[in-house]
Amino acid sequence: MSAEGDRYVLSRKDVSRLLEQLHQRGYTVLAPRVHEAALVYGEIRSVEELPSGWTDRQEGGTYRLERRSDDALFGYNVGPDSWKKYLFPAHEKLWTARRTAEGFEVEESRKTGPRYAFLGVRACEIAAMHIQDRVFGGPYADPGYQARRTGALIIAVQCGQAGNTCFCVSMKTGPRVTQGFDLSLTELLDGNDHRFLLEVGSERGAEIAESLHLPVAPPKDVRAAGELLDRTAAAMGRTLRTDDLHELLLGSPEHPHWEEIAQRCLSCTNCTLACPTCFCSTTEEVPELDGTKVERWRRWDSCFTLGFTQLGKSSVRRSGASRYRQWLTHKLASWQDQFGSSGCVGCGRCITWCPVGIDLTVEVPVLRTGARSKSSEGTAKP
Amino acid sequence: MARKTRPRIAVWKFASCDGCQLSLLDCEEELLTLTEFVEIANFREATSTVLEGPYDISLVEGSVTTLEDARRIQEVRAQSRLLVTIGACATAGGIQALRNFGNVEEFRRAVYARPEYISTLSTSTPIADHVPVDLELRGCPINKRQLLEVLSALLDGRAPNLPTESVCAECKRRGNVCVMVARGTPCLGPVTQSGCGAICPAYDRGCYGCFGPTETPNLPSLVARLGELGMDRGQRLRVFRTYNAGSPPFRAASEAAHEAGGAP
Repeated sequence: MSAEGDRYVLSRKDVSRLLEQLHQRGYTVLAPRVHEAALVYGEIRSVEELPSGWTDRQEGGTYRLERRSDDALFGYNVGPDSWKKYLFPAHEKLWTARRTAEGFEVEESRKTGPRYAFLGVRACEIAAMHIQDRVFGGPYADPGYQARRTGALIIAVQCGQAGNTCFCVSMKTGPRVTQGFDLSLTELLDGNDHRFLLEVGSERGAEIAESLHLPVAPPKDVRAAGELLDRTAAAMGRTLRTDDLHELLLGSPEHPHWEEIAQRCLSCTNCTLACPTCFCSTTEEVPELDGTKVERWRRWDSCFTLGFTQLGKSSVRRSGASRYRQWLTHKLASWQDQFGSSGCVGCGRCITWCPVGIDLTVEVPVLRTGARSKSSEGTAKP
Repeated sequence: MARKTRPRIAVWKFASCDGCQLSLLDCEEELLTLTEFVEIANFREATSTVLEGPYDISLVEGSVTTLEDARRIQEVRAQSRLLVTIGACATAGGIQALRNFGNVEEFRRAVYARPEYISTLSTSTPIADHVPVDLELRGCPINKRQLLEVLSALLDGRAPNLPTESVCAECKRRGNVCVMVARGTPCLGPVTQSGCGAICPAYDRGCYGCFGPTETPNLPSLVARLGELGMDRGQRLRVFRTYNAGSPPFRAASEAAHEAGGAP
C-alpha cells in the first residue's frame, strides 16, 4: 500500500499513464500549455500538450517564451494566469430570479461542476490556494469555491529553477512544496534519463500512485531532488524583507513615495487580476429585456477601479496613489490582521504582468526611507 | 410582464459612418423583443416611417461638423426626454475630429473641385459640447450588449451597468495573454475604457483605443512605455489621433508628442 511520504520514480514515458489514470477517474486535467505567447493553464488530453522544451524569461513588464536546450516538461515558472481562474472564476452566475404571479422566485446556480486535476501546481500556488481558502471559507463560506476546491486534485511540481521575478523564499511559501498536495513531481533531467521523483501527499494521491505500479525511488533521486530545490532557492530573482512589513505599511500612509509610484501606475488592474490571492469581486444583474427574468453574476473586480469604492456619486479612492497604497498595504500588512497571513506569496506575477513593470520588491524598500514621517508635500490624496 | 408604458425611441444621425446605428439593427433577435417594449418612432436607417416627437429616448450618433447640425442637435434635445449619445463620434468627435488639428480651409481647397459648395465648421465636436447629454455610450462602433443594457436599464428605471475600468480588466477576465507584456506589442488597453470585450488583444493585436480614455487614464506613463517598446514620436502622436482624437486625455497625449517633435 502507498502512503503519504512514499516516493517513487515516474519515467518520462509513464507521465502518459499518470494522465490516463486521472482521466479514468473522471478528472478534467488542467495543466500549463503553450497558448498565445505564454504558458497558460488549460485542459490537456494527452502528454503531448504539455510544453515540452519550453521556458519563459520574465522581467518587470516583460514575459517571453523561449526554447530550452532540453525536453523538460516543467522547465519554466508561473505564467499570466493562476489556478484561481478555476476555483474562483472570473465570471460566475450566482442565481436566477423569475417573475411569478405572486412576485418572484429565486433559483440558485448549481454548485457542482467538473472535477479538476491541477497538474503542475507550484509551491507558491498552493500557498495562494490556502490563502483563498481562508477568504472563501469560515462563517461566510462560498459554496461554489468550496465545492471546486475540495474536489480538485493537486499534482504539484517542484520548481527546478527560479524565475527572475520570483521571491517565494522571502515570503516563506517555496520553492519546496511541503503540504497541500496529493502528488508532487520533481523533474530530473540526467541526459537521456528523463524522469520524475513522485511523492505521495495524500490518500487520494496514494491510490493513484498505487495504480501506476512504480519502482520505489532510490536515495540518489531523493538527494538529487533536494539539491535541485536548494539551487532554486538560492537563485531567486527577487527578495523582499518581510519582518517589518506590517508596521512599515501601516505606518506609511502619507509617505511621499505613493505619489511617485502613482506617476507610473496605470490603475489598469493587471496586478490584482494576475495575483493568485486577490479575491475582490462585484456583482451585476443581467436582466432579460422582457422583464421576466434576471440573473445575478459575480465577476472579478479590482481595488484599482473607481467603481470599487463608489459611494453614491463619487469614489473614496480617487487618486492613483491612494489606490496603489490600498492594494499594497492590504496585500502585505492589513491582510495579516484580516486573515492571519500575508496576502503575498512571492510569485512575481504583479511584477511581470504590470505593463510598466512596477515592482513591489523595489517600492517597499523606498518606503523604509523616511517611514512614518509626516510629509506635508506629496501626501497621497484621497 | 407587461410594462406600463412603451417608451418612444428616436435614432439620429450626425457626422458619422452609421456603424453605431447598425449595431442596433445588428441586435436582430433582441430587436424583435425590444420592439414589444419600445416604440421605434424615428429611425431612418431602419424605416422611412417617421413619427413626430417628442421622444422618450433619443439615441444620437455622430458629431457636429456643420452649422446646420449645431442647430439640429438643439431641436433633437428639445424633443427628447433622455438623450443618449452612441459611439466615438458623438462622444468625442470621431475620426473627423482630426480636422481640429489641421486647417479645414486648406483641406477644402485641396480635396474638392468646387470648394465653394462645401459649408462646414472648422471643428468636429461631441454632442455634449452643444447640449446636455444624459448618457454616453463609447466605442467605434458601440457594443451591442452595452446598447441593450442601456435600453433595458431605461425600461426598468435603473442605472445602466457600464464599467469605466480599463480594457485590461476585460482581457484578464477573458483570459487573454497580455500582448504588451508577452509580445512587446504597443497597446492602449491600460488607458482605454472597457466595453468591447477586449476584442483586439484576443486576436493578438494591441488595443487602439476605440472606446476612448478610462475613468483615470495615466497617459504620460503609458506613452513612456510605448516609447520603450519602440514607438517613435510620430507613432506616439498618431496612435492617439484616431477615433477618440478629440477626447481631452488622448488629445493631450498627441499634443505632447507633437510638442516633443513628432511628425504632424
